[in-house]
Amino acid sequence: MSTSIYKRIRSNPKFQALVSRRTRLGLILSAIVLVAYYGFMMVVAFNPALLHKPLSEGSVLTVGAPIGAAIIIVSWLLTGLYVWRANADFDKINEEVLKEAGQ
Amino acid sequence: MNRFAQLLWGALLSGASQLALAAPAAVGEVEKQPVNLTAIAMFFVFVLGTLGITWWAASRTKSTSDFYTAGGGITGFQNGLAIAGDYMSAATLLGLSSLVYMKGFDGFIYIISFFVGWPIILFLMAERLRNLGRFTFADIASYRLDETRIRVFAAMGSLTVVCFYLIVQMVGAGQLIKLLFGLDYNVAVIVVGVLMVVYVTFGGMIATTWVQIIKAVLLLFGGATMLFLALGHFNFSIETMAAKAVEVHKDGLKIMGPGSLLADPVSAVSLSLGLLFGTAGLPHILMRFFTVPNAQAARKSVFVASGFIGAFFLIVCLLGVAAITIVGTNPEFFEGGVVGGKIIGGNNMPVMHLAKAVGGDLFLGFLSAVAFATILAVVSGLALAGASAISHDIYSCVIRKGKATGAEEMRVSKAASLVLGVVAVVLGIMFEKQNIAFLVGLTFGIAASANFPVLILSMYWKGLTTRGALVGGLVGLVSAVTFVVLSKAVWVVVLNNPAPIFPYEQPALFSMPLAFFFTWLFSVTDKSVRARDEIAAFDDQYVRSQTGLGAAAASAH
Repeated sequence: MSTSIYKRIRSNPKFQALVSRRTRLGLILSAIVLVAYYGFMMVVAFNPALLHKPLSEGSVLTVGAPIGAAIIIVSWLLTGLYVWRANADFDKINEEVLKEAGQ
Repeated sequence: MNRFAQLLWGALLSGASQLALAAPAAVGEVEKQPVNLTAIAMFFVFVLGTLGITWWAASRTKSTSDFYTAGGGITGFQNGLAIAGDYMSAATLLGLSSLVYMKGFDGFIYIISFFVGWPIILFLMAERLRNLGRFTFADIASYRLDETRIRVFAAMGSLTVVCFYLIVQMVGAGQLIKLLFGLDYNVAVIVVGVLMVVYVTFGGMIATTWVQIIKAVLLLFGGATMLFLALGHFNFSIETMAAKAVEVHKDGLKIMGPGSLLADPVSAVSLSLGLLFGTAGLPHILMRFFTVPNAQAARKSVFVASGFIGAFFLIVCLLGVAAITIVGTNPEFFEGGVVGGKIIGGNNMPVMHLAKAVGGDLFLGFLSAVAFATILAVVSGLALAGASAISHDIYSCVIRKGKATGAEEMRVSKAASLVLGVVAVVLGIMFEKQNIAFLVGLTFGIAASANFPVLILSMYWKGLTTRGALVGGLVGLVSAVTFVVLSKAVWVVVLNNPAPIFPYEQPALFSMPLAFFFTWLFSVTDKSVRARDEIAAFDDQYVRSQTGLGAAAASAH
């Protein structure tokens, strides 16, 4: 693999756009997951009473239960979002970039 | 294949008769149960099936690439199931459900902490891992850095993690099998060791992957069935189940919200960092990313894996709640029939008792067999990761400088997995009576503080140099080990000192920043010619990591 191909790819604006879009999506989704999780942990550590509130009048289930489950389910859905975006969009651009570089 | 089975059965029987006489009674530990024939029969079926797969896999394992990574011919969905299998160990099934059983919501918090690492691995690492790596994670770290030194370091990091984790699994296997199957501890450890070596040496990654997939499916099926049966006791209402649990649990309504387990936020954050980034530094998990044909499949496998892991964790959590009522009020499951006293078999057993309560002896036997299979699959993955660090990184790349033929390299890796099997059995027997809780913290601490920083910086930071990676990695390794030794788990429990010097259980919050800081410091001050070349080489590596250009393509399978 010669360096010139790499150089050509690097100077391709499509490549730069692809990388910045993909990186941005990855960072935003990571931030959502981390903020949600560490936010939850901070509530657990500093204001646990908040999560003890009953879900509805007379229910033993607390708001903590669905919130916890939501962290798992939503962050999984976000992985789905990332995969969907990457397959629909990024892979196509990636192929174009490689083709233009003569691969 | 028949030969394998005969060998195994022979080893099992002769070992049992000899060791039963020699083994001293375990003091203060789980009592050996009467021999459980249903469980043994079901486990035997599993072993026969997987040995059949190993035999099939052996005929397809021709090159080093087949051996280490199944020729890159595993699909995204299959790999996702296998990753889920790697992560859903016996410890998660037994440990997390019993945590919920005892502590309620606090156990749920642990479950969430175990999960959130997966999305992050996908968003930040999965594609780059696949595009840059070939057989081991050292391939990635040594892409532009000094190959010899980085590979030796990465291989040492991998082997340390593999050995500690193997001890944990082996001791767990011995205890669990003694309890569930009524087999002797040593026999159990030897059976696990022998099977692990057979899977890995004959079937390589193809067999290891399929063992993992089968086990993952069995575990998910078993968990879901048990949940269905258990919910039947509460008219399929989670609300009713929770209300009953609150009624009978000694902490009452408190179990429905955060309690005392995480009263110390520093420990909580340190634990979650260790879990989050330790997972991303475990060699047997990283290796799974090289078994798929391309980055697209790597992405898909994380999506599939995290879906199954998430579903399984939620099931485990509900099982813990169900056990509070069904197991917690039934005198049959307590020593001497005293409800609220000591649980038969120890604190990790509620989910097993639940299996018996809702599904009878047959279901208990099934779940026991699955738990045994789980351990077997996880140790096989570990052994393969350890063997590839020895044969690919140390032997082929460092000692032979890449001149070894594929056949030579395979021979070394098979020998290495045999040695690892022997080491695992010996250590497993040596550590039987030891308190090994600290080893889990150590494993994840080292993975997060030594392996992970070097790996992530080599992919993301242009300025990383060999000197920085080695110094930072070593600082991470030494500080993680030191903090664990000075913590309560070793300093007080093992070494019998009155008070811990390091007040937290998990080292990651402290050892990770140290590792990153020293990596940075010794990289930016590195003005050598070598360092300049390494920094210059980042640009090409960057293109490859983003596009997959030049990444090892899959062979046709």
